[in-house]
Amino acid sequence: MGLTADSGWCRREFSSDMTIEARFQLQKGTFTLDVDLRLPAEGVTSLLGPSGCGKTTLLRVIAGLEKCRNGFLKLGDEVWQDKNQFVPPHQRSLGYVFQEPSLFEHLNVRDNVAYGVKRVPEKERRFSLDKAIELTGIGHLLARKPATLSGGERQRVAIARALAVSPGILLMDEPLAALDPAGRQEILPTLESLHDELDIPVIYVSHSPDEVARLADHLVLLEAGRVKGTGAIAEMLTRFDLPLAHSDDAEALIEAVVAAHDDEYELTYLDFSGGRFTVARKTLAVGDSVRLRVVARDVSLTLQHQSDTSILNIFPAVIDDITPLGKTQLTVRLLVGGVPLLSRITRKSAALLDLKPGKSIYAQAKSVALLS
Amino acid sequence: MFSEADLTALVITLKLAAVTTLILLLLGTPLAWWMSRTQWRFKFMLEALVALPLVLPPTVLGFYLLLVLGANGPLAGLLEALGGRSLAFTFSGLVIGSVIYSMPFVVQPLQNAFEAIGRRPLEVAATLRASPIDSFFTVAMPLARSGFLTAAVLGFAHTLGEFGVVLMIGGNIPGETQVVSIAIYDHVEGMEYENAHWLSAGLLMLSFLMLMTVYGINRRFRLVQA
Repeated sequence: MGLTADSGWCRREFSSDMTIEARFQLQKGTFTLDVDLRLPAEGVTSLLGPSGCGKTTLLRVIAGLEKCRNGFLKLGDEVWQDKNQFVPPHQRSLGYVFQEPSLFEHLNVRDNVAYGVKRVPEKERRFSLDKAIELTGIGHLLARKPATLSGGERQRVAIARALAVSPGILLMDEPLAALDPAGRQEILPTLESLHDELDIPVIYVSHSPDEVARLADHLVLLEAGRVKGTGAIAEMLTRFDLPLAHSDDAEALIEAVVAAHDDEYELTYLDFSGGRFTVARKTLAVGDSVRLRVVARDVSLTLQHQSDTSILNIFPAVIDDITPLGKTQLTVRLLVGGVPLLSRITRKSAALLDLKPGKSIYAQAKSVALLS
Repeated sequence: MFSEADLTALVITLKLAAVTTLILLLLGTPLAWWMSRTQWRFKFMLEALVALPLVLPPTVLGFYLLLVLGANGPLAGLLEALGGRSLAFTFSGLVIGSVIYSMPFVVQPLQNAFEAIGRRPLEVAATLRASPIDSFFTVAMPLARSGFLTAAVLGFAHTLGEFGVVLMIGGNIPGETQVVSIAIYDHVEGMEYENAHWLSAGLLMLSFLMLMTVYGINRRFRLVQA
C-alpha cells in the first residue's frame, strides 16, 4: 500500500498547491468548446456532462491529441501550450486511458504495458512496471494477446499501460462506458484503489453521476461546450444553481473516518465533523477514510431529537437554503457540522414545521451507502 | 525442359520482379501512409493517377515511357550528359516501367491496411511517449503487416506477368531484357510449344503458389484477430 511511501512517486512534478490552468476555444462544425478552467493539481477531477457537451474534446485538447489554436495550458509550472508553443503529445508527461481499451493487438499484455516505459528516461521512472501490474491485478495475463482478453481485462491492461509511464497527470475518458456491467464491476474497484493510492492529479471524464460520486474529489460540470460550474464534489452536488441537486437522485457526499466497531450488534461507527454514523459492520480498519452517500429522499427532518425512532443516524443541523422542486416538493440544504446534506420533503411538511434558512433542526438519515 | 535461354529469361524475370517490388515498397510505403492520413482535398487526383495502370492498356504506358526514356526523349539528353545512355531497351528501363505499371498493386493494399488501423493506435502510442516516426515503425507497420505481405506478393506477381510495357520499352534482348512472358510469346510464334508449356506452367505455378500464400496467411490473420 501507499505508493508514495516506497517510491516517492509524484508531488515532484506538480505539488499540491499547484494548479492546472486550461483555456481553450475550439470550433468543430456547429460545436464550440469555450472553457477557462483552474483546477487543483491533485486528486480526481471529474468532467461531467451529457454526451456531446465536449468533455472528451476537452480531454483530448489537454492531451494535445486535438490541436486548438489560441489555447493555453499549464500544469504546475510546466507550460504545454500557449501562444508561442505547442508541446506535442508524446513529449507531455501524461497517461491517457481511452474509452475503448485500444490495446496494441500485435503485442502481448506485457509488451503493451512496457511499450511506454521503454520510452521514458530512466530518471523519470517513478512508478515501476511491476507496480502498475500489481495495482491493476493483471499479473496472470502478461503472456496473453489482447484478442483473448475480456473487456474488463483489456481496460485494466490499458490502465496499467498508462500508469507505467509514470505520468505527471492521468487522463481517463469514460473508462467504464464501453464495458458490460460485469466489466464495470471489475474495473470500479481498480479505479477506487487508484484514487486512494495515486498521488498524481487525475482528470476523469464521465456522464454518470454515480461514478463521479464514487471517484471524484473535484467536479467540472460541462454543458454545450461551456463550464456550468466547478468546485469540490460535496459542494457541487448540493448547489442549488446547478442541476445535480435538483435531480431525482440528488445526494450528498460525506467524508468520514472509521471510529470503532461494535462487536455486540455487528456495527461500524463512522465519524465526521457533524457527528457519528452507525452502519452495518464493514471490513475496515479503525482510522480508514470512507466516503458516504446520503440520498436526499432518505433524509427526513424533525424539530426535536427523536428518541422513539428506529433510525440511528440523527444529526443536529442548520437549514442553509430551500428550493422548490415541482409543485409538491422542496429540496432543503442543511449544514451538519459544516458539511452540506440534502433533504427532499413535501412543501406541506415544510409549512407544518415552519422551515426556513437559519433554523436549527434534526436530520434523520434512513439509509446511507458506503462508496469506498 | 528449360533451355538455357529460357532459364536466363526466368532469372531476369525474377530479378526484375524482386527489384521492382523492393523499390515499390520503399516508395509506396511513405506514399500510402501519407495518402491514408492526409486531408488534402485533391488527394483523389493522386489516387486516380496511382490507379491508372490498372485500366490503361500496357502498350499505352509503354509507348509514353518509350518516348520519355528513348534515345530522343527528354531524359536521354540528361542521361547522356551525365555519361549514361538512354534507358530504353535496358534492364533499368524495365525496372522503371515495372515500378509504374505495378504501383497500384503495392500502394493500394498498403493504403487500405493503413486506413484500417485508424488513428487511435497512433494516438495511444503518442500518449505513451512514442514520436510519430517511432510509432510508425512500432505500431503502424506491425499492425499493417498483412497489407505489406499482400502488397509485396501482388507487386511481385504482377511484375512477373508483365508483357506489354516490357515489349514496348525493353524490346526482346535475350540475356538483358527478355523476360518469361516474352520468351513464351517467342516460343509460340516459333511453334515451340513444349518450351512454351514449360515456361507457362512454371509461371502459372509460381503465381498460384504466391497468391495462395497471401490468401492463406491473411485468412489466419483474420482468424487470429476475430
